[in-house]
Amino acid sequence: MKKKFFYFLPFFVFMLIAFFLWRGLRLDPAQLPSTLIDKVAPSFVLPSLLDEQKKIRSSIFYGKISIVHVWSSECKVCENEYDVLLQLAQLPKVQLIGLDYEDDPISAKRYLLEKGNPYHQVLRGDQKNVGLNWGIYGTPETFVIDQRGVIRGKWLGSLNEEKTREQLKACLRSLKDA
Amino acid sequence: MMGALVLPELGHFSLILAFIFSIYQMGVGGVAARCGLSAHKQLAYLLLTSVYGQVFFLILSYLALTYAFLTHDFSVSYVAAHAHTRLPWPYRLSAVWSAHEGSLLLWVTLLGGWSAAFLCYARTRIPLAIQGSIVMVLGVLSVGFISFLLFTSNPFLRLLPEPPLEGQGLNPLLQDPGLAIHPPMLYMGYVGFALAFAVAVAALLRGKFDGVWVQWLKPWVMLAWSFLTLGITLGSWWAYRVLGWGGWWFWDPVENAALLPWLAATALFHSLIMVEKRHAFKIWVLLLAILTFCLSLLGTFLVRSGVLISVHAFASDPLRGAYLLKFLMTVVCLALLLFAWRSPLLVTRQVFHFLSKETFLLINNIILFVLMISVLFATLYPLFLDVLGMGKISVGPPYFNAVFIPLFLLLVIAMCIGPCCHWQKTRPGQLIKQLRWPICLAVMVTVVIKLGLPPLPWLKIIALFLSLTLAFTTVFISTQRRRLGMMLAHMGVAVCALGIILSTSLQTQRELSMRPGDSIAVGGHQFEFMNVHAVEGENYEGVAADFRVYHGLQTLGLLSPEKRHYFSSQNGISQAAISSNLFRDLYIVLGEPLEKNNWAVRIYNKPYVRFIWLGGLLMMLGGLISLSSKK
Amino acid sequence: MMHPIRKQRLILIVSVVLSVAIAVGLILYALRSNISLFYTPSQVAQGETRPGQVFRLGGMVQKGSVQHGQGLAVRFVLTDFHHAIAVTYTGLLPDLFREGQGVVVQGQLEGGVLLAQEVLAKHDENYRPK
Repeated sequence: MKKKFFYFLPFFVFMLIAFFLWRGLRLDPAQLPSTLIDKVAPSFVLPSLLDEQKKIRSSIFYGKISIVHVWSSECKVCENEYDVLLQLAQLPKVQLIGLDYEDDPISAKRYLLEKGNPYHQVLRGDQKNVGLNWGIYGTPETFVIDQRGVIRGKWLGSLNEEKTREQLKACLRSLKDA
Repeated sequence: MMGALVLPELGHFSLILAFIFSIYQMGVGGVAARCGLSAHKQLAYLLLTSVYGQVFFLILSYLALTYAFLTHDFSVSYVAAHAHTRLPWPYRLSAVWSAHEGSLLLWVTLLGGWSAAFLCYARTRIPLAIQGSIVMVLGVLSVGFISFLLFTSNPFLRLLPEPPLEGQGLNPLLQDPGLAIHPPMLYMGYVGFALAFAVAVAALLRGKFDGVWVQWLKPWVMLAWSFLTLGITLGSWWAYRVLGWGGWWFWDPVENAALLPWLAATALFHSLIMVEKRHAFKIWVLLLAILTFCLSLLGTFLVRSGVLISVHAFASDPLRGAYLLKFLMTVVCLALLLFAWRSPLLVTRQVFHFLSKETFLLINNIILFVLMISVLFATLYPLFLDVLGMGKISVGPPYFNAVFIPLFLLLVIAMCIGPCCHWQKTRPGQLIKQLRWPICLAVMVTVVIKLGLPPLPWLKIIALFLSLTLAFTTVFISTQRRRLGMMLAHMGVAVCALGIILSTSLQTQRELSMRPGDSIAVGGHQFEFMNVHAVEGENYEGVAADFRVYHGLQTLGLLSPEKRHYFSSQNGISQAAISSNLFRDLYIVLGEPLEKNNWAVRIYNKPYVRFIWLGGLLMMLGGLISLSSKK
Repeated sequence: MMHPIRKQRLILIVSVVLSVAIAVGLILYALRSNISLFYTPSQVAQGETRPGQVFRLGGMVQKGSVQHGQGLAVRFVLTDFHHAIAVTYTGLLPDLFREGQGVVVQGQLEGGVLLAQEVLAKHDENYRPK
């Protein structure tokens, strides 16, 4: 009996390692937890990119589920997200808000004219403090904000990543059910 | 035009055909394995078609992807993501394996190639039934990997009907000759161990493993090991040249992932000698053969899943990681359960004296195994703590140095004595007679070096002495016994160790801010900062700084480190300038511009650093030679 | 007189146990002193680190905070958007170091300032910090 155990030892050790690897897959070592989750979105008054006269305030979040997508015309990854963005924009009871982060407004406008505009509203994000208030590391980034203006989720990087898209959809579903 | 459009589809289709062939291979292998030992000509023919058919379609598919890269076919999504019209053509070839999908395609193509080569070898030498078992196991691996490729990471997905006009470009860090050929070599090694795995599993299935099996197995292990050694050496050389820190080994998870199977394989072929010559350690050899391949798979998993933070983790995706892990778990669990069930059949006992070759091979195996476990443990330790919610940590080089160096020195001692011993029993007098001159010589050289150099810590002096002893003993033994392969490989270890010891103790380094006209002395060389000028390459532009280097009054020439901006990337990349000969490297990195025309500059003088890679090459050469010198 | 096979087995077992014990000892000894814990600026601000402890700090380089001093000395602020920690470092910064970029520094705290021994920039192909 004791002898048998020795022959199984490699198997047990491997199972132990496999267990940790499996759990480890669910963690993301590269991501620092966003400190903004479950906090009220920072308040702002920002000009609309497409209509300079119009000012958009943070009250825009109330009553609707919002997806805030941080992008820029220089960002190649954002270009490939276009199809996903179109899908998101068509979801019922959801508004898709673009935040054109630290970009030249003229090239940003040209970009939207050429590719088409998937967003319901586009904010100009070339002001100071926008990045700091929102804790933006770069583009693309995506936030989900609930009907009361509370940030419920944040994802770094491309929406083409299957995992990101799944999590985003799960987050939206949980908000709609509530 | 139409033809070009269709080619990627052809590649995709070939891949599907290869998948079908791999299933067929598994089936035919299984049938052949059950057919007993009588030869069935037709079955042998079927076996051959299944393996050759698979490799044919895999190569076709690989060529289709390569062609897409060469012709900038951005309608293929993978090409669009990793190529650029201004990418020079050699890097278009290497861009094929620069990311997950392509490197996996390379993986399966190599697996097909190894299988075909093995079958070619096995046809005349191995009974059909055993061929069948081995080919079946290889088929299972093929099915797993090709389905992984097809279902989660297809490189032939298209961006139609509107392909982008320009690709996103290749990561500039990967645009280096060292890295261009490093992955295929590494993969050749990883995948080659699949054969060892298949043979071990077949042996367990058949309940038989003896000297003949070892003769079948050994050349393939040696070959794969040689490739892996070359791959690791090239990788280290790349890191040294490109990452700009002058370091050649970072104990990064990705590097460890390559080192783990290397350690296991080194233990494996040393213990194979035991089975061949003494019919001992059969179970241990089988376990090592399985482990070596498992560690290769684990390495692939760690690199590709993003489970661990690494400076080299270029593309990671947890979803693929999950698939790979499931596959890994299935294969490894089955193999280890089979091992637990069948290996008691193979128990043998042999008697040997304490002072014998057996003992030292055993010591070699224990040390290599412990090294492997300690590297594995430390690589996964941050993950363990993270999973258990005990905080995020990183295990740095100090840990590895503290564990690796003492064990490695013990290994060197065993390497000095072991080859001098005879099988079963050696008389101590004989041993002393063989070792006394090399040791005397090593003592003398160590004393000379000690007197001629700045004071060294004791550990380094001991290490220096042991490496020199190893070098001299190896030369001494080779005059008596003709085992050129072993001698070269052991010599490689000594040369590599000497390189590490000398380069770390003698290195001089300065980090400073300089402006044109400034001059500085580093390690006996004078560096004069001449000027800064713009440079332009095929797919980048940047600035270069010219340094004139003097040694005494003699001018050694111009070194021009650069700071490059690749068009397809937002980040600047430093390109170090290195002037090297066998005995020293001069290494300059240009940092960021500071105010008033000053530049941040880092200058190294690294004596004997070339020995490290020279040692790696010697080891590889030794492996190849011992392969060809088989009777 | 012991049977040679049993004697051999004994030696084998003793040597394996011994080497494993040495290895475990080495590993534990090395782990005790040579791992570095990873913290965020908020954790540091809340005093989770011990004085004199060498640790890793991850965060974003705050815009406009990078100041070059004498020679290669540089000073910048790392933030996680809640708390910020000032960092000083002397030496060449990595290629990917930039304002607004995520970096990891290793060092120890002195008077509320992190004296960094090492600065590492991280990057991801699919995500371009700017």
